[in-house]
Amino acid sequence: MTLLAVVISGFLLAIGAPLVARVLGRALPGVPSLAGWVLAALPAAIAVWLVMQVSSVGHGETISVVYPWVPGLGIDLAFMLDGLSLLFALLISGIGALIFIYAGGYMAGHPHQGRLYAFLLFFMGSMLGVVLASNVLTLFVFWELTSISSYLLIGFDHRRAAARAAALQALLVTGLGGLAMLAGLLLMGQVAGTYSISEMLASPEVFRSHALYVPIVILVVLGCFTKSAQFPFHFWLPGAMEAPTPISAYLHSSTMVKAGIYLLARMTPLLGGTELWQWLLTGAGAVTMVVGAVLAMRESYLKRLLAYSTVSALGIITMGLGIGTTGAIEGAIAFLLAHAFYKGSLFMVAGAIDHETGEKNVDKLSGLRASMPLLAIVALLAGASLAGLVPFAGFVAKEMVLEGTLHASELGPAAPALLTGALLLAAALLFVVAGLVTVKPFFGGARPTPKKAHEPPVSLLLGPLVLAGLGVVIVFVPGVLADPLIGPAASVVVGEALHTHFALWHGVTLALGLSAAALLAGLGLYVARGKWFGLMSRFAWVDRVSPSAVYAGTLRFVGELAVSQTRLLQNGKLRDYLITILLTTILIVGYPLVAMVGAPSFERLAPLHWFDVAIAGLILLSSIAAVTSGSRLMAIIALGLAGLGVTMFYVIYAAPDLALTQISIEALSVVLFVLVFRRLPDFRSLSTARSKVRDALIACAGGAMMGALVLMATSFASDKSVSRELAERSYPEGHGRNVVNVILVDFRALDTMGEITVLALAALGVYSLLKMRRRPEVGAEAAGLEVGRGAGVGPAVGSGEVSA
Amino acid sequence: MQILIAIIIGAIFACALYMMLRRSIVKLIMGLALLGHAANLLIFSAGGLARARPALVAPGASSPPIPYADPVPQALILTAIVISFGVLAFMMVLVSRAHDAVGTDDIDEFTSTDR
Repeated sequence: MTLLAVVISGFLLAIGAPLVARVLGRALPGVPSLAGWVLAALPAAIAVWLVMQVSSVGHGETISVVYPWVPGLGIDLAFMLDGLSLLFALLISGIGALIFIYAGGYMAGHPHQGRLYAFLLFFMGSMLGVVLASNVLTLFVFWELTSISSYLLIGFDHRRAAARAAALQALLVTGLGGLAMLAGLLLMGQVAGTYSISEMLASPEVFRSHALYVPIVILVVLGCFTKSAQFPFHFWLPGAMEAPTPISAYLHSSTMVKAGIYLLARMTPLLGGTELWQWLLTGAGAVTMVVGAVLAMRESYLKRLLAYSTVSALGIITMGLGIGTTGAIEGAIAFLLAHAFYKGSLFMVAGAIDHETGEKNVDKLSGLRASMPLLAIVALLAGASLAGLVPFAGFVAKEMVLEGTLHASELGPAAPALLTGALLLAAALLFVVAGLVTVKPFFGGARPTPKKAHEPPVSLLLGPLVLAGLGVVIVFVPGVLADPLIGPAASVVVGEALHTHFALWHGVTLALGLSAAALLAGLGLYVARGKWFGLMSRFAWVDRVSPSAVYAGTLRFVGELAVSQTRLLQNGKLRDYLITILLTTILIVGYPLVAMVGAPSFERLAPLHWFDVAIAGLILLSSIAAVTSGSRLMAIIALGLAGLGVTMFYVIYAAPDLALTQISIEALSVVLFVLVFRRLPDFRSLSTARSKVRDALIACAGGAMMGALVLMATSFASDKSVSRELAERSYPEGHGRNVVNVILVDFRALDTMGEITVLALAALGVYSLLKMRRRPEVGAEAAGLEVGRGAGVGPAVGSGEVSA
Repeated sequence: MQILIAIIIGAIFACALYMMLRRSIVKLIMGLALLGHAANLLIFSAGGLARARPALVAPGASSPPIPYADPVPQALILTAIVISFGVLAFMMVLVSRAHDAVGTDDIDEFTSTDR
């Protein structure tokens, strides 16, 4: 029950959040950040509850709840809390609480502050739903909700086109991945016969041996890679930096981008352990790790620098999961924890710098330590972790991943060297990022900034301080947070109980030496950056072939395709629409008629009489005359004759009511046609001979199809049970001797009511059209209208009498 | 007989469709009127064609004497005839008004009412 409350409470509070923000803003206008502090209570409470579960979950217990949702389809609203969920849920709620406080300070005085809180709570609830879901379809629903809430958050500043474009880009990329993932999850459900993750875990081997294994892996991994910004889908993440900083710090460093990682970890016991899985994850992770770090070198805006380093870090984690050894998985989880701490902190520092100085360009920031010493200390604490310095969490986690890559020989003899080399390159470049973000702005000579720099308020300092502090605490007191979280989480992934130790000192190992070398290289690169940063601009051509260029090209192409297709299909010519509809109908009705049903049987043919032939001849000739006649009057008369033929047909085949109605209506129609159409111009030949032939061919094909349909319909004996029952109940229950009439006014009275309504509406329409004020320039035709008015209303009312 | 009725219905449909494909709006409406006949006959014949007695209950009896014509398609068609007349009347007035506004009966030139 509590588990459901944990997921739902965020959504519920989201509804009230704007009101809370407004009321608090009115009550205490002196404390604009108050709403953030108040709303932080919910994530904080969730985090506290989760912390209380740490010891029991750490011993392998699982809390789970299942609520039937669509039982017929096997869809349950099911949640569970195990080691893996606990780690992620704690990050989401704990960092969430800090983010709300930070957002209160960052957005103080913003007119749409309440909306931001609502979106953030919406997002938090969705994210908790993703990591707690124990049914793949529940998981997918919340997964999509994170995409939607992230769309709203990235586009929060919706007046700017760049923000809207970035929001759309993130939505399209993650949304497409989500669709692929849905297909993969459904296939998994088909293979396993259940959508419950815990039931799937009971027999995980069914997937790896199944013929659908490869498509399942590719589809699910596509969803994870788009969400977690793996190459070549990494480009939306730097774009998402258009969002206000609290959002970047929350979604794009510590939570949403980790949803893909979470799912990869969750799926490892089910889908992992094969070469395909290992190569996909390790390959994509390693490429992303290097590409992210290299692309960061071209950026000079604080948040974009951090975004590319996040891409790189996500690559490291994915690679660790892909290598798949116990050590590598432990390293990936440890890295995830360390990264959440330092990157969340650094984003908030970057936002605080921007907020207090008005400058986001690293090149123009210098010497801020004098005016904001506290922020400088926080930044250095977090930056040291990013750089991988001793004794920070980033160092320990990096050592663990290095041990993983050094023992990745399962992937091939060259793999350890290649992966380790790539990791060291990324580490050196991340060192440069750390220097640019946390050393460059604070040291050196002070430079003037757009706003007079001063220490940020408590609300902006608390979040980064706590997170940066945690990055040190977990190293020195690993028993408090690191060991109880990393071990159980890794246990879920590996499938056996692990007691991971987040140890600072592993002795003098190869990893330590390599790490030191990478740090020295990073230091050298940072100091000499003036010499080689300029070279990066030579690679501008990369932008033209990059995945984001492909994205932009595709988006443009789809737009153009839509325009040209609309011009073709919606060309404004009624005739073209009709032809399209007709040909489609002829194809989809006519083809099965010919190909599947076969020839009709002529066994039950009714005998033919001479008057049948006579009536048929009348209808046929008059219809053709109506079509071919060049005179309006002739055409109207021919039309009336055809109607008369149909009436006679009803007479012969025992339908007196139809015959009576048809003949009255036919007479009225002819009168109406004559009265109205005599005001319209005479027939002219408007179409070319060619289009006449084309139309005739289409019309004949349509007629032939309908004729075939009639032959089919009449050659089968139809079920008469309904007719028989109605006929038998007509007199005893409806007290009427005419069965057709009883059906109309009694058994199907509601239909007749509808019919009368249609007639009333038509009469109203006719009346109002005739009453409509005419424009002066056509006033000369007013005389004609008088006739039309009398004719138009009369028959419409009269028809009501006919039906009654 | 079934073959004959199939031919008639097919022919009316063909004539109706051809008229609906004309550029003159008057012909379009006449085509629609023909289409109504064809559709009604289609429903009628689908109920099974037999020269039977109408579904009328004789005094003293509780149900119509077998064989009788199927009353259900007849009820449906009765509704259809009346409604299609309502629509026809509305359409004719609409066309007449449209002609006043647009000044032509050529559908291809019905692109704007601001002439």
